[in-house]
Amino acid sequence: MYNYLWLIPIMPLIGCIVNGLLGKKFIKNEKAIGAIATLAVFSSFLLSVKYFFQLLGDPVKTHQQVVFSWMSVGDLQIDWGFLFDPLTAIMLLVVTGVGSLIHLYSIGYMHGDPGYYRFFSYLNLFVFAMLMLVTGNNAMVMFVGWEGVGLCSYLLIGFYIDKKSAGDAAKKAFVVNRIGDFGFLLGVFLLFWTLGSEHGVWTLNFVDLAHHGHVLGFGGTVVTIVTLCFFLGATGKSAQIPLYTWLPDAMEGPTPVSALIHAATMVTAGVYMIGRMNVLFAMSPTTMMTVAIVGAMTAIFAASIGFAQNDIKRVLAYSTVSQLGYMFMAMGVGAFTAGIFHLMTHAFFKACLFLGSGSVIHSMHHALHHAHLDDDAQDMRNMGGLRKKMPITFITFAVSCLAISGVPGLSAFFSKDEILWWTFGSTRGMWYVWAIGAVAAGMTAFYMFRCLYMTFYGKEKTDARAKDHIHESPLVITIPLMVLGLLAVVGGYIGVPAILGGSNHIHHFLEPVFGHASEIYHIGIKEAMHHNHALEYGLMALSIAIAFLGIAVASVMYLMKPELPAKFTKMFPKFHRLVFNKWYIDELYDAIVVNPVKAFGTFCWRGFDVKVIDGVVNGVAKLVGLCSAGLRHTQTGLFHNYALAMVLGMVVMVAVFVLR
Amino acid sequence: MENLVQTALNNVNMWAIMPSIILVCFAMGLLLINAFLPRGATKPAMWISLIGLAVTAFSVISGWGSPQYGFSDAVALDNFATFFNVTFLIAAAMTILMSDDYIRREGYPIGEYYPLILFTTAGAMWMASGTDMMTIFLGLEVMSISLYVLAGFFRGDVRSNEAGLKYFLLGAFSTGFLLYGIALIYGVTGSTRLSEIGVFLNAHPSLLSNPMTLAGIMLLSIGFLFKIAAAPFHMWTPDVYEGAPTPITAFMSAGPKAAAFAAFLRIMEYCFFSLKPEWTAVLWALAVLTMIIGNVIAISQTNVKRMLAYSSIAHAGYALVGMVAANEIGYSAILFYMLAYTFMNIGAFAILVLAGKKGEENLTLEGLSGFGYKRPLLGVAFTICLFSLMGIPPTAGFAGKFYIFAGAVKAGYIWLAIIGVLNSAVSLYYYLRVMVYMYFREAEEDYSWVKVPVSVVVSIVIALVGIFYLGIIPGAVMDLARLAIF
Amino acid sequence: MLDNYLPIFTLILIAVCFAIGSTVFSGLIGQKKPSEVKLAPYECGMPLVGTARERFSVKFYIIAMLFIVFDIEVVFMYPWAVMFKRLGMFGFVEMGVFILILLVGYIYVWKKGALEWE
Repeated sequence: MYNYLWLIPIMPLIGCIVNGLLGKKFIKNEKAIGAIATLAVFSSFLLSVKYFFQLLGDPVKTHQQVVFSWMSVGDLQIDWGFLFDPLTAIMLLVVTGVGSLIHLYSIGYMHGDPGYYRFFSYLNLFVFAMLMLVTGNNAMVMFVGWEGVGLCSYLLIGFYIDKKSAGDAAKKAFVVNRIGDFGFLLGVFLLFWTLGSEHGVWTLNFVDLAHHGHVLGFGGTVVTIVTLCFFLGATGKSAQIPLYTWLPDAMEGPTPVSALIHAATMVTAGVYMIGRMNVLFAMSPTTMMTVAIVGAMTAIFAASIGFAQNDIKRVLAYSTVSQLGYMFMAMGVGAFTAGIFHLMTHAFFKACLFLGSGSVIHSMHHALHHAHLDDDAQDMRNMGGLRKKMPITFITFAVSCLAISGVPGLSAFFSKDEILWWTFGSTRGMWYVWAIGAVAAGMTAFYMFRCLYMTFYGKEKTDARAKDHIHESPLVITIPLMVLGLLAVVGGYIGVPAILGGSNHIHHFLEPVFGHASEIYHIGIKEAMHHNHALEYGLMALSIAIAFLGIAVASVMYLMKPELPAKFTKMFPKFHRLVFNKWYIDELYDAIVVNPVKAFGTFCWRGFDVKVIDGVVNGVAKLVGLCSAGLRHTQTGLFHNYALAMVLGMVVMVAVFVLR
Repeated sequence: MENLVQTALNNVNMWAIMPSIILVCFAMGLLLINAFLPRGATKPAMWISLIGLAVTAFSVISGWGSPQYGFSDAVALDNFATFFNVTFLIAAAMTILMSDDYIRREGYPIGEYYPLILFTTAGAMWMASGTDMMTIFLGLEVMSISLYVLAGFFRGDVRSNEAGLKYFLLGAFSTGFLLYGIALIYGVTGSTRLSEIGVFLNAHPSLLSNPMTLAGIMLLSIGFLFKIAAAPFHMWTPDVYEGAPTPITAFMSAGPKAAAFAAFLRIMEYCFFSLKPEWTAVLWALAVLTMIIGNVIAISQTNVKRMLAYSSIAHAGYALVGMVAANEIGYSAILFYMLAYTFMNIGAFAILVLAGKKGEENLTLEGLSGFGYKRPLLGVAFTICLFSLMGIPPTAGFAGKFYIFAGAVKAGYIWLAIIGVLNSAVSLYYYLRVMVYMYFREAEEDYSWVKVPVSVVVSIVIALVGIFYLGIIPGAVMDLARLAIF
Repeated sequence: MLDNYLPIFTLILIAVCFAIGSTVFSGLIGQKKPSEVKLAPYECGMPLVGTARERFSVKFYIIAMLFIVFDIEVVFMYPWAVMFKRLGMFGFVEMGVFILILLVGYIYVWKKGALEWE
């Protein structure tokens, strides 16, 4: 049936190996390298599509395929196995689909870079790791993917190896991610050990976990700690409070990387993980509440920072953090389907936005380079009025902006609305989470349109010498933009809610994955609201109104009266500085975590390690050395001494054994 | 009388010894061919012996899962034997691949070298599949005698002569113990058949404290402990390993050692399971002693080959830990470890062969100065082998040690596992020192390294693939090892 | 039961005492006048010619070894010959294989020149 499932992750791995080993010396040709990498991912996509449709018509929704036994020590039996169910199917389509488009885009974007082969090799490796993450049938295989994407993220953020800021950003991303991974790993250990030693279920297999998870008991302490550990992992990988600080810095990487890894796929791994372990999370209301609140806080907090950023990619980065907060909000109130749905639509419109910004940066860069100017190609204050020069980029960007703002009829409207409805009406929902979510939606609309206006409308602020060199990007860049723009428009129609006359296909499709836990632990829309259509319509109208309000404010401030923002800044200088400097969170972390740890490290090194540890170690080493020098004299080289040693050994052994 | 003859005839099962028959046929054919080839024409011999190993390997592997018993239970070609046979064949193939250029370079292009390796392998295979004291003894002798000759193969070289003679004399000495042990056990139980001995001893508990039985077990063990170089029967190892031709040293440390473990394991488990707590206690002490002696003395060696000899003693100690554990994980870990050790140790020796300067061997630490820069790829390969010997993930050595110590912990020998791990830590010192010389010392200026023949490279590549395969996905092979134990 | 052995033990005791006693006694009271001839290993008979640790040519050893190998072959044939009829065809083939293996060794030895004296 699904016999070639293993091919899906392997294809990009092959691409990675071919390009990595042969790219520099043998292939050399940029087109060939790009084609190999893109085809590798695209073939995975085709296979994913085939299996997706096969699964649609298949009455059995969960399939496992074990390739080989990976580790087996006593009770620890871990297979290298794949899992294919609706959740995996959707993730596969998103990862390989968006991945293929971004690979295609990169062929144009990375043109002329000396590290061309290296870039595609890393990118393919990333897709491989991401696919391992979403197809692994147990927590350890998932962890391999989890670490793998972290590694690739590190490699790609620091892709421009001669830039110090890129290296620092890569390091920061890696270290912050490690904190999360530590939580994930602790969660795995604790889960495995508790399930095994207390309940006799030695397993990390997701299917078995879903069947046997209930032994941990609803609301139990252990399950709460385990899920909180997992959630810590998720906050690291998916850039949530308190571990979100790495993501904006990660924009140092090439733009396709930002689009693929830091918008569409890797950062959603945390959401996927919670979805995959929904049974465990459903059992702990405490964790669920934590997830929802952290998600909501992140959503509004990141959106507020987005107000004042001038770097186009940083705006998008904070927007990503904020949208991820939305997804966690959904997971936290039990709207697993809505969370995954938003994950998917977000992948479309955010990838499109990033690629669009990349297209702008690309041509800005060329133009500035052409005119020998040092202006920042990513600073929106240097842009403006690009609408006419780059029509395709503009249209797709604008469409995605409308989508992310939640304008009715576009993809994010459906997913965002579903999330907001659940935060309000779910049995695990909280009205204040809904309120925060709604406000964040309005803020999103505001800063996205601010970004759109500053870039594409208004006066041309680009230096006159460079202005005329700005032109539309080549087809290889605009085709992915158009496809993603189209998806950003229509992507939501697989999840049209019943109230709008749709049948919410994605909900039914994911039912086998999430339905079980939701049913046992009573997660769903509250009885009282279930048929309260007026309320649902009302909330929907309210969120639409908020979105349009955000757009309207942005239009007034940045389109009609461009002098307003400056006035506003003058009126509240302190507030502006606070927001502009990202609430000084990085500085705060430096002060309370990084510097004390550094100081402690220095103390351990100078005071403890050098004096005490080294002394002990060197002493022991000296002792062993002396023993060695002494013992080697037993080896005389004389045959009869050897025979004597054997006889003595024999006598002692026999005597001990017989007399005992 | 008539019945006996008939039973014997009925019990003939050629399939049970088919792999070794094939191998021996090749070896004898090769011997004849060598007699007619001119001196120095060793290439054909190498190829024929490789083909022989390949054919044998095919016959061995096709027998997996369908055990063959024959000759009134004197031979059992079960999964256990098959697993070990594959290990021997890999060891032999890797040795042969690295030898051809070497023996030519050292001035002994004599074709008999290859059939001798094949005979050794055949002997090892009989040891692994023997289920009768006599079969095992026969295998042991075939293996040992060929090895004595191989150890002294460079007959104009004093050190090689010394190695051959010492190995022969001490080997004969230990064989004496072994035979005496067999005789005592036969005297007690009236049988040389392993399973019969076990059943008999189990049925007569009074015999379990009989001095004759106990002395017999110990003497028998000494025969094998000598072959696996466990302290205090390890004294021959450094001298013989240092003097023997380098590929033979590599082979000795992998193939025959594994064979001795195979036979030892089978005898202890089949015959003396009733006395398990007693003999594991003795092996506990020997394992600790072996690990400590091997690792500690290795530290003060300046000759890499001799250092690896001590390291091989230490590794025998680790493997003995698996026998002390005497449970499923421990036993299967020994199988796994022997395979892993084959890859990493022969790999290391293969690189050592290539570290020679033109015309002479170069085995001192000093001599390896700057090797990592003059021969970067070989340097990396050597580093990987050494990492594996240290037991650093993701290499085969790590997985092997992990399983061994896991078995010990599972059986309740926490302290043994701790001692083992501490010993591994000590071993880092002398392995890392090789790297220090390779990478942090300047090479001599006029350094003419030997050229790198393809066949040796193949051998090294096999080693690296094995190291990483067993290191990254140990589960697959470990499952096979689990199926292989009794 | 042990009583039966009492005479034997007594005899052994007496024999040992006598042997040790007479040696010690004669050593104590006997005269000692050593001379070169008296101290020679073989005091009687022929005078010594050269040392006893003579080296022989390796050829002797080779021939001796080969003789043993091929001689023992014949030993194996005796039991086979006794049981010849009962072992039937199988025994015949087995012995053929055995001879064949020895033949290989023989040809090898011959070809290597181990049978030539010079």
